[in-house]
Amino acid sequence: MRQKDIRLDELKHLVSDRAIEGETVLLNMGPQHPSTHGVLRLLLELDGERVVNCVPDIGFLHTGIEKNMEAKAYEKALVMTDRMDYLNNIGNNLCYCLAVEKLVDLDVPERAQVIRVLLTELQRIASHLVFLATHALDTGAMSVFLYCFREREIILDIFEMCSGGRMMTAFFRPGGLWRDVPDGFEDAVRDFVRIFPQRIKQYEALLSKNPIYLDRTKGIGGISAEDALRWGLTGPNLRAAGVKFDLRKANPYSGYEKYDFEIPVGSTGDVYDRYQVRVQEFRQSLRIVQQALDNIPGGPVRSDNRKFVPPPRSELGTSMEALIHHFKLWTEGFPAPKGSVFVAVESPRGELGCYLEGDGGPKPYRVHFRTPSFATVQAIPVMARGYLVADLVAIISSLDAVLGDVDR
Amino acid sequence: MSHIEKAIVGLRSKLGEQVLSVSVFRAQTTVVLAREAIEEACGYLKSNHEFDLLADLTAVDYWPEEPRFAVIYQLYSLKHKVFMGLRVPIHSTTLELPTVETIFPNANWHEREVYDMFGINFSGHSDLRRILMPYDWEGHPLRKDYPLGYEEIQFSFNFDEIDRRKPYAKE
Repeated sequence: MRQKDIRLDELKHLVSDRAIEGETVLLNMGPQHPSTHGVLRLLLELDGERVVNCVPDIGFLHTGIEKNMEAKAYEKALVMTDRMDYLNNIGNNLCYCLAVEKLVDLDVPERAQVIRVLLTELQRIASHLVFLATHALDTGAMSVFLYCFREREIILDIFEMCSGGRMMTAFFRPGGLWRDVPDGFEDAVRDFVRIFPQRIKQYEALLSKNPIYLDRTKGIGGISAEDALRWGLTGPNLRAAGVKFDLRKANPYSGYEKYDFEIPVGSTGDVYDRYQVRVQEFRQSLRIVQQALDNIPGGPVRSDNRKFVPPPRSELGTSMEALIHHFKLWTEGFPAPKGSVFVAVESPRGELGCYLEGDGGPKPYRVHFRTPSFATVQAIPVMARGYLVADLVAIISSLDAVLGDVDR
Repeated sequence: MSHIEKAIVGLRSKLGEQVLSVSVFRAQTTVVLAREAIEEACGYLKSNHEFDLLADLTAVDYWPEEPRFAVIYQLYSLKHKVFMGLRVPIHSTTLELPTVETIFPNANWHEREVYDMFGINFSGHSDLRRILMPYDWEGHPLRKDYPLGYEEIQFSFNFDEIDRRKPYAKE
């Protein structure tokens, strides 16, 4: 068995001299603390109730996804991405599919693009709903939690309708979608689009001017735009600090340039701004969903490039070539050229990047995911220093880090 | 001249021979740099060409070829909306390169992850410990000579035999 003693000297640099002399208290928070949203461990250095420093400790949810993906064919490795950021499964699929499509230079039909955008935005709403639910819960508002999960359920039902899975959908595949959306899909989305604006108002009525909530969030955990960039924050956390940066606008993918939407920004980057930015994003995502819904073109949902995309079942009985392609694709997969690509998409948490390297064979030589939560958790100490432990709970929840995303 | 081309011209005049090559694949530019030059290159690109976000930092293992590793940086410019890749080949005999933590603080954890997963050291790093694996873990999992590992299936005829060599806490 592995046995290695760790000496105290190796860890001394993590705390201040005051902790060594016993002036400040070291306290362990997590990994099983409910407000750490998963399995995040923080080593807190406290002066009374003030946080002097905090040292995040991650890796409790490390599942070796990158290593596992190296052992699977490109299409089979896709299911691993679902399990990375478990509140943004569709977005992870999209990022990986875009990377594969870029690496092998594969086209995606127009209909698939639009449905991808639609589902990704629904996923963004679902993810922000979980943020709002848990954030409100952590700041003492229990009922918001229940309302948010009620609406999230509608979105998950739509996913289930398309893919059979509520969360682990694996619905996007290199070259398009797994299959077309079922009958009744558009009606279900339309129903959601109809009721949701009213629900956003309900959440805002519960929180936005609630004095208890304002006391807990205004002026807490602020970060300047410059610091946020230095620490690699992206997405709503960066926008809350006043930087108008959204990859959907800056480097559009999947046809995002065709949609009309705004980028909500905050000013101080405190907990309240981060909440406001996300609530505004509900409305913007809904706008995109509405536009996509009104303009779903007809046609196929998957590329007909048979070197990468398996033929439909119906062709197998009549076409020898289809049978060969089917056999080749499901036994060994498709080869990708030697070379590497980096693709970044805007996930609900920020910039989700995929570094994909091919070596000419049917399996990825190296896959790496640059996950937004990784940067977010790293920056917790910057935001938490000087605040109370109770504020720390609000700060962590406002950052919306998903630990599956951090550890991969 | 595009922003990236300008940056490459600037890098070449600043670093000279230390810019080993420039490649473009699928419209993405990657600059291959010598090991010693990476810190200076990042500082130069950040202050002179507005590459203000370190979007990604990772590594690849090419075992058994040499140079065995490559450390890969992705810089992003918010103003010009472009990504730029930097690549630093590392020989298995040296396994060390300078940290860019001083320029991009968020490199701290990325470099720890590369150290954890590949065993590449970053000189000048403020806190080079394992980050994802347990602190007493042996080996570097993302190296190509590190086995993926799997759970051996135990049948009734070989249950005890496999159980004996299974690594878990026993009475």
